[in-house]
Amino acid sequence: MSAERELNLTLKVWRQKNASAKGGFETYQLNGISTDCSFLEMMDILNENLIKQRKEPIAIDHDCREGICGMCSLVINGVPHGPRQETTTCQLHMRSFQTGDTIFVEPWRANAFPVLKDLIVDRTAFDRIISSGGFVSVNTGGTPDANALPIPKETADLAFDMAHCIGCGACVASCKNSSAMLFVSAKVSQLSLLPQGQIEEDKRVINMVNQMDTEGFGNCTNTEVCEAVCPKGITVDSIARLNRKYLKATIASEV
Amino acid sequence: MLDSKVPEGPLKDKWTNYKNKCKLVNPANKRKHKVIVVGTGLAGGAAAATLAELGYEVSSFCIQDSPRRAHSIAAQGGINAAKNYPNDGDSIWRLFYDTIKGGDYRSREANVHRLAEVSNNIIDQCVAQGVPFARDYGGLLDNRSFGGAQVSRTFYARGATGQQLLLGAYSALMKEVGKGTVKLFPRREMLELVLVDGKARGIVVRNLITGDVETYAADTVILATGGYGNVFYLSTNAMNSNATAAWRAHKKGAYFANPCYTQIHPTCIPVSGDHQSKLTLMSESLRNDGRVWVPKKKGDKRKAIDIPEDERDYYLEEKYPSFGNLVPRDVASRNAKLACDDGRGVGESGLAVYLDFKDSIDRLGEDTVRGKYGNLFDMYERITDENPYKTPMRIFPAVHYTMGGLWVDYNLMSNLPGLHVLGEANFSDHGANRLGASALMQGLADGYFVIPYTVGTYLADTKLEKVDTSHPAFSEAVKEVNARTEKLLSIKGSRSVDSFHKELGLVMWEYCGMARTEEGLKIALEKIPKIREEFYKDVLVTGEGEELNQELEKAGRVADFLELGELMCRDALDRSESCGGHFRLESRTPEDEALRKDDEFSYVSAWETPADGSDPILHKEDLVFENVELTQRSYK
Ligand SMILES: Cc1cc2nc3c(=O)[nH]c(=O)nc-3n(C[C@H](O)[C@H](O)[C@H](O)COP(=O)(O)OP(=O)(O)OC[C@H]3O[C@@H](n4cnc5c(N)ncnc54)[C@H](O)[C@@H]3O)c2cc1C
Ligand code: FES
Repeated sequence: MSAERELNLTLKVWRQKNASAKGGFETYQLNGISTDCSFLEMMDILNENLIKQRKEPIAIDHDCREGICGMCSLVINGVPHGPRQETTTCQLHMRSFQTGDTIFVEPWRANAFPVLKDLIVDRTAFDRIISSGGFVSVNTGGTPDANALPIPKETADLAFDMAHCIGCGACVASCKNSSAMLFVSAKVSQLSLLPQGQIEEDKRVINMVNQMDTEGFGNCTNTEVCEAVCPKGITVDSIARLNRKYLKATIASEV
Repeated sequence: MLDSKVPEGPLKDKWTNYKNKCKLVNPANKRKHKVIVVGTGLAGGAAAATLAELGYEVSSFCIQDSPRRAHSIAAQGGINAAKNYPNDGDSIWRLFYDTIKGGDYRSREANVHRLAEVSNNIIDQCVAQGVPFARDYGGLLDNRSFGGAQVSRTFYARGATGQQLLLGAYSALMKEVGKGTVKLFPRREMLELVLVDGKARGIVVRNLITGDVETYAADTVILATGGYGNVFYLSTNAMNSNATAAWRAHKKGAYFANPCYTQIHPTCIPVSGDHQSKLTLMSESLRNDGRVWVPKKKGDKRKAIDIPEDERDYYLEEKYPSFGNLVPRDVASRNAKLACDDGRGVGESGLAVYLDFKDSIDRLGEDTVRGKYGNLFDMYERITDENPYKTPMRIFPAVHYTMGGLWVDYNLMSNLPGLHVLGEANFSDHGANRLGASALMQGLADGYFVIPYTVGTYLADTKLEKVDTSHPAFSEAVKEVNARTEKLLSIKGSRSVDSFHKELGLVMWEYCGMARTEEGLKIALEKIPKIREEFYKDVLVTGEGEELNQELEKAGRVADFLELGELMCRDALDRSESCGGHFRLESRTPEDEALRKDDEFSYVSAWETPADGSDPILHKEDLVFENVELTQRSYK
């Protein structure tokens, strides 16, 4: 935690013109940054400075700035979303840094998440995984009364914890294998915990795992760094649950 | 006079009759109809999924890299429905009545009643999708209270209701994408509406990765592109929220209704400095358990805990004993402003009031309070570095929602045939003030339960000739888009896009914010065109057109805000009454409440901006109240 109210910083930021260009780090000096600034507001100030020098500002994905849309995606000093636990890049504030610090800022790095420009990557692989099975097959209309099916509070709460995933991809970015297991298992878990989702659970887990492999995400070797960087505190229990469901489903399909 | 196309018959039968009598498109023909849905928030996501399920060929567009990231994701507090599960006297009628009254009698009865009718289906639908709403120990759904209602009708999923509802709609959408019935076009920004023979037949978008300008044709275009709160620069909206799609449609002839109706939310985290890029909402649900107060003494700089009970002014509880801290948003915001104007604001800037949880924590225990609001308290702590379990939150009003939007009739169709508008982007259901937890309800009602019927009516009733993107109307529209892009890139001035956006925002907040006057609005109407002129002389948009270029994206949006802002002020000036969130200082009761002038202003203002650049023209839709009696709103 910083004692000063204003920080002088050195930033080493990944710049890359487009997907096919070779990228590299650029160094920027930034002075007088208020500790009340969020990390992205600090980047806004840097960009404003670049524009004043008629240089191209740094391209960054962000939108809600409230830690919920999953758009922001910076690796800060080697850690996806930076030093603060359960905190997205947009919710990280500069009071987590000291004056004189050098801060490295990079995009997510994974084969399945190619860089589009500077700090922006392509995460559409996640959408394709969801469309392979991350849903309950109900159409609009004709559904029973919402209270027709009581669900224990503990189950609903746990399903919420899993459903709280924001799809940012920090789990992939942190993993040495670029595995998407935490992301996939969170969705599989949410839907398997709830009776509505259990009907299709075998098909779902097989399809989603297959799609994950097709997209080029790596295997899970239980290093558990994904859990450490997840801004929503999703735990690796979900991966164990996925593995059980997967095993059950593959055995069932072999019989 | 505009025709709202409200069906005949008693209020409670209108929608049923409509559904019974509307023409249907037969299943084999649905496949032949192309539908464009712009926006993947609750309204657009729900609409695209449902229309695809019905058999239409749907294309879905959004700005973000994934439909799941639409701004709806950020909604925190909850969604209303008239289920009456708590057995506290709720009904469709009561939800209808509360919404009409909350909107200060400036919305259309028939639309609001339909909204209340379908509200219960929404909850059923979401539960069937696997939305993990909060439940009680018996396993049934739990409810909480929101402002402007005396019943508990708000369903919620911790402090992330919007996220869970949107992920539900997104999953329904992705299910259809998997089947090939919806084509997804993320990272696209609609920059022009294409009309053929006066009917909406397509759109022009910019591919935000490559910069390519692309065209798409369809039989109908549905806009669900959200609200325009970012015209104020600082708001609780996501950074990419914008008015461009709606404004471009407006410039093509779609009327813009009630642009001055903006909602200032009472409980947001106050501004901390010049670096501020957006404002963060603290959900209205907190007013279930938090008590709002300021010191009784002016300029009292003591810490909150050092101010004894009898020197605190719990002004909402004092002034509005029957609703207390749960008065509607416009009332709560105005009173916070009054307290601060009176020199009794707290915090360094004096622009904040306290929202205090001490009594609730004493009564319920810290764990219960954490269970209800934990994620909001954490967010507050991350942003302010203060612990709200120990010291009261500091809150201040901030721009949050826009009730105004493109004018639509009962079919949710604009005055341009074939252009449908859903969700926050239309003006329809909330009158001059939206009640909490009703936007999610409206977005999903429009998308899941209304548009699937009304689109059918249009397509079955309308003769549509075959049109594809080779039609000259498309190349015309592309030319317009390219000309605007080239213009923005060629100015090469000295100021950033953001600097203009901030300048506009300050003018809007000062003169078209929580309190408006004739004098102030006239000043704004002089200032805004000057900012616009300066923008076109001196803005610097770096980079090129044929690449990912976020400065160019922002520049296009700010250019549109600079026009919309002026129309908002014009509308605010024209409406010399106060109603809901539109507070004209010249029109108030002796107790400082909003004073409506029903004889003069019981209408919807629907503006047309002529293509020749002449002054906007005001069209009116008379609001007829056959079922509720217009009274001075009272929450005392
Ligand atoms: C912080 C916050 C909390 C809120 N909490 C609540 C709550 O608890 N309860 C409640 O009822 N309401 C709440 N609201 C209001 C509510 O969230 C919104 O009104 C609602 O979600 C809007 O949904 P929508 O579908 O109309 O639009 P949005 O969700 O805003 O979606 C707009 C979509 O349009 C796309 N788009 C926009 N422009 C273009 C373009 N030019 N080209 C292509 N695509 C475009 C975007 O990419 C996006 O997909 C809250 C709002 C905020 C800001
Ligand atoms: S910008 Fe939405 S999570 Fe960070």
